[in-house]
Amino acid sequence: MNNQINIHNIWAIAKRELINYFATPVAYVFLVIYLALSGVFTFYLGGFYERGQADLQSFFNFHPWLYLLLIPALSMRLWSEERKTGTIELLMTLPISIVDAVVGKFLAAWCFTGVALVLTFPIWISVNYLGDPDNLVIFASYIGSFLMAGSYLAVGSCISAVTKNQVIAFIVGVVLCLAFVLTGFPIVLDFFKGWLPHFIVDAISYLSFLTHFNATMKGIMDFRDIFFFISFIACWMFANAVLVDMKKAD
Amino acid sequence: MIEVSNLRKEFGNFVAVDDISLNVNQGEVLGFLGPNGAGKSTTMKMITGFLAPTAGTIKVCGHDVAEDPIAAKTVIGYLPEGAPAYPDMKPLAFLNFIAEIRGFRGTDKQQRIDAAIDKTNLGSVIHKPIDTLSKGFKRRVGIAQAILHDPKVLVMDEPTDGLDPNQKHEVRELIRAMAQEKSIIISTHILEEVHAVCNRAIIIAQGRLLFNGTPVELETRSRYHNAVNMVLATAKPGETANALQSIANVSQVEMHTLPDGLVRYTLLPDSGKSIIKEASRYALEHGLDIKELGLEAGRLDEVFRTITTATGDQREALT
Repeated sequence: MNNQINIHNIWAIAKRELINYFATPVAYVFLVIYLALSGVFTFYLGGFYERGQADLQSFFNFHPWLYLLLIPALSMRLWSEERKTGTIELLMTLPISIVDAVVGKFLAAWCFTGVALVLTFPIWISVNYLGDPDNLVIFASYIGSFLMAGSYLAVGSCISAVTKNQVIAFIVGVVLCLAFVLTGFPIVLDFFKGWLPHFIVDAISYLSFLTHFNATMKGIMDFRDIFFFISFIACWMFANAVLVDMKKAD
Repeated sequence: MIEVSNLRKEFGNFVAVDDISLNVNQGEVLGFLGPNGAGKSTTMKMITGFLAPTAGTIKVCGHDVAEDPIAAKTVIGYLPEGAPAYPDMKPLAFLNFIAEIRGFRGTDKQQRIDAAIDKTNLGSVIHKPIDTLSKGFKRRVGIAQAILHDPKVLVMDEPTDGLDPNQKHEVRELIRAMAQEKSIIISTHILEEVHAVCNRAIIIAQGRLLFNGTPVELETRSRYHNAVNMVLATAKPGETANALQSIANVSQVEMHTLPDGLVRYTLLPDSGKSIIKEASRYALEHGLDIKELGLEAGRLDEVFRTITTATGDQREALT
């Protein structure tokens, strides 16, 4: 595998991917569903008004679940489509490294989720209009949410490199991401506590998105949480590159 | 410019390419011939750096494909089998992407894209999504991306497959026009194509290189090389056939009855001999009623069949 990284190539690949999102209805469907669902979750399920508090807890609380459904749908085509249509042969015979391609595709999808996240700004305006929230906490939550979205994407992108079938990529992606969400739940951790050594339970809990996302939601921008998400993304992207190299010609 | 030595590729227990060595110099157009599944595409995929060989080395313009793939890929233009391209993209955006990856910027990029569109006559479809294009246009989009950076080495897997005769002609003209300053490898099922564009041909079957020479040499292998075709009006076809058989150096006479009392005789020469003079002299001296007289260069499809279906022992004798 070739590990040279070239910014120009990454940019060219990311740009192509992004243009492609908007060339098809995918981008618009995703954005509309994302915004509609986050509205429904916040106002109906989260009880935004009923809580009577000027914060966005009810908005961010549902992000792990929203991403669980939507992000694998975004990442499933990243590599499986290339393999299905045979364009992977074209891409991999261009003078780029596999890392360029993996990073470029990932960044395109991540930017896109960033756009979706930014488009939720009306809810931030609303809460500022209605009360006097702690905007630093909201900002930290947004960063945490963005990093968490990247982690979901890294898992999904890696899975999509394994199969030509987008449906399989979606389902396996959802299940894996679900695992990384659930391991942060007290109920799940209690189940492990009965028979696993303490440090393994801690490790399981450490690997959960929820543990780190909840920390950022409290407004604490801890370096360790950011480090977790960044290294989590890097590990999955490395696995992604290895898998693309292994499976490209199957 | 392309040096392939002792190339081997295994998929599990299956040997797809078995000890193939070949060289392609500048100005050469090499045709890959062989039945389906013979290892043509696999060899091309290894030359272009898509697949890693199990053993053997490939050098393209001095760059080892395994050690410095990016340098090698920079000088190669590649049209993969079936000309894959992003279906949702429009040809202009697609070529723009290729040009950016190839490192072109600004006006240089624009000129390269325009030149590629011009050479492949894509002008009328550059704003239509690729998946709505006809097979011929899709193929041309693939060719356009392969020649965009004016590569020294061009590898094209079945560039004319599925095209109509006019489109085939255009693609062949394009290849011929570029042949001078490049090294080109094309694979094809169409044997006449070898004659039309290639100055060298190789035949691969079951992963092994069975023939490496010029198209003319390939024809020389044919039993029909220098055979004489005669269409005669004759009342007694059988006797005429026996008479023709007696001409010097004629090894065999094939007879084929045509309508209107005409008979086509194909006179096969002893190997390496020319019989056209003797045959025509005989026909004049004996006052045969000749309607047609012609010389055959050789039948490529027959040679192709002989070479690719030969058993192991026969194959040793051929190579």
